Amino acid sequence: MHSLFLLCALVSIVTTVGIVVSLFVESIGFFREVSPWEFLTGTRWSPILKPRSYGVLPLVTGTILVASVALALAVPVGLGIAIYLSEFANDRLRKVLKPMLEVLAGIPTVVYGYFALTFVTPQLQRLMPDLLVFNALSAGLVMGLMLIPMVSSLSEDAMVAVPRSLRNAAYALGATRLEVCLRVVVPAAISGIVASFILAFSRAIGETMLVTIAAGASPNLTANPLESIQTMTAFIVQLALGEAPHGSLEFQTIFAVGLLLFFMTLIMNILGNIIVRKVREEY
Amino acid sequence: MDRSDWTKRFNPKISTRRIWGQIWYSLFLLAILIGVIGLTILIIRILVQGIPWLSITFLTEFPSRFPERAGMKSAIFGSIWIIGLTAVFTVPVGVGAAIYLEEYARKNWIYRIVEINVANLAGVPSIVYGLLGLAVFVQLLSLGRSVVAGALTMSLLVLPIVIITSREAIRSVPSTYREAAYGLGATQFQVVKSIVVPQALPGIMTGTILALSRAIGEAAPIIAISALVFLTFVPSHPLDQFTVMPIQIYNWVARPQEDFRGIAAAGIVVLLVVLLSMNAIAIIIRNKTQKRSEE
Repeated sequence: MHSLFLLCALVSIVTTVGIVVSLFVESIGFFREVSPWEFLTGTRWSPILKPRSYGVLPLVTGTILVASVALALAVPVGLGIAIYLSEFANDRLRKVLKPMLEVLAGIPTVVYGYFALTFVTPQLQRLMPDLLVFNALSAGLVMGLMLIPMVSSLSEDAMVAVPRSLRNAAYALGATRLEVCLRVVVPAAISGIVASFILAFSRAIGETMLVTIAAGASPNLTANPLESIQTMTAFIVQLALGEAPHGSLEFQTIFAVGLLLFFMTLIMNILGNIIVRKVREEY
Repeated sequence: MDRSDWTKRFNPKISTRRIWGQIWYSLFLLAILIGVIGLTILIIRILVQGIPWLSITFLTEFPSRFPERAGMKSAIFGSIWIIGLTAVFTVPVGVGAAIYLEEYARKNWIYRIVEINVANLAGVPSIVYGLLGLAVFVQLLSLGRSVVAGALTMSLLVLPIVIITSREAIRSVPSTYREAAYGLGATQFQVVKSIVVPQALPGIMTGTILALSRAIGEAAPIIAISALVFLTFVPSHPLDQFTVMPIQIYNWVARPQEDFRGIAAAGIVVLLVVLLSMNAIAIIIRNKTQKRSEE
């Protein structure tokens, strides 16, 4: 029986190997046609329309742009909620807030996409009449809403882990509640808080349906969130919906972009998980 | 340290410090308010747009070009197929892996690798699982764009969640239970089979339901597998083509006509009702067992 259970555990290893191998194998053909250097540094992305060009930077900047807007909302709000829950809230409020955050975290991303496209974008257009129907700002803001529970729950975990004695020492020196909070608890929990930002950023980069629905399908090398862009994930969906034939360059392009996406998120996840683990060991 | 340096780091005036405390406190409250208001607007908006389009025929009709006749029957059945098969594939493997990690594994390098690997797999974007499924299940194993290919992909996606939650459930079984069983002469497998798994079962079930409710809302990996989104039949076989609820909703959202927005909202209401009832079941199981262990 021992080996049967071991086998189950090894399925997870096989999955990782499967992801890496299949992404590599399917994108080999792509990198025979397009040099990795051209792929990573080119500034024009046009894999379907001629003249074709395979510079992935517009997709990368589009992805990072939406993720940055999302974090600009999720970080302050999520951190504020985390501080409140860990330092100020009584049990009754916590019992109401925590399930609400869980609901927010459990809503499917298609629903967020719908909300961004049919509600947030029209509202923003009232403020900015020139805003396009598909834009990075609306998708980013709604993604921020989606990421709030992730930032708040991971940051709260880090702050709850700060020992009581540190807080009591500060109170004994005459610190106010806010000073204890901002100068003792937050600095002591800072690595866990930073980890929550990193993991949220990684999640934002991999988010697919929301940006496919609301951010557009025009690869655009820009830092302006009012423009229509395309993310790496949205590009993969666009080509996957077109049923690219197996073995064609289009089909391989999906995997090349997927490979890049996988490594970007992997690096951030490893970093975030290492920090989270370190924090746990400290206290 | 001279005095000027000291006052820079610490303001001795308690009244201004209290005012700062109040200002920040209201900022924290504002953060909560933003979250609560965001969620409320989202829910109300979807209910207002979707409820007028909800009807029995919406659940029993196939998708149509005409909004009045559109329904999500094929998507509902597709989702049921996917969730059912995903549960069948992922629960034995996930629980098995959790049992290995908690009960059998020595804390050696295999253990470390599996543990780190599970944590990282949980963070892999769902669309990447879709690409894995497309390359391995659809192409390599030539399962085609079928229900079983979708379910296998979804199983790999939620496997880390099942492993992580099952481990927590198994870990919460008191070690005295195990020792008592060993004391009576039970073998390790008997302890696992008769003590650990039954005791951890409610926790495992809660985790599984949460994992499946994640799966039911996922569209990205299934889009990479199924591609086809306009289906007017119910899959009757694991090798049939299929569509699922979130993809059907995406299909409606992507259409330019205003009426399909309402249809999409109605689809979302159905999806959210399913999700909420799954979560409610998980919470009921959790509360029941909590009470029992307190007695």
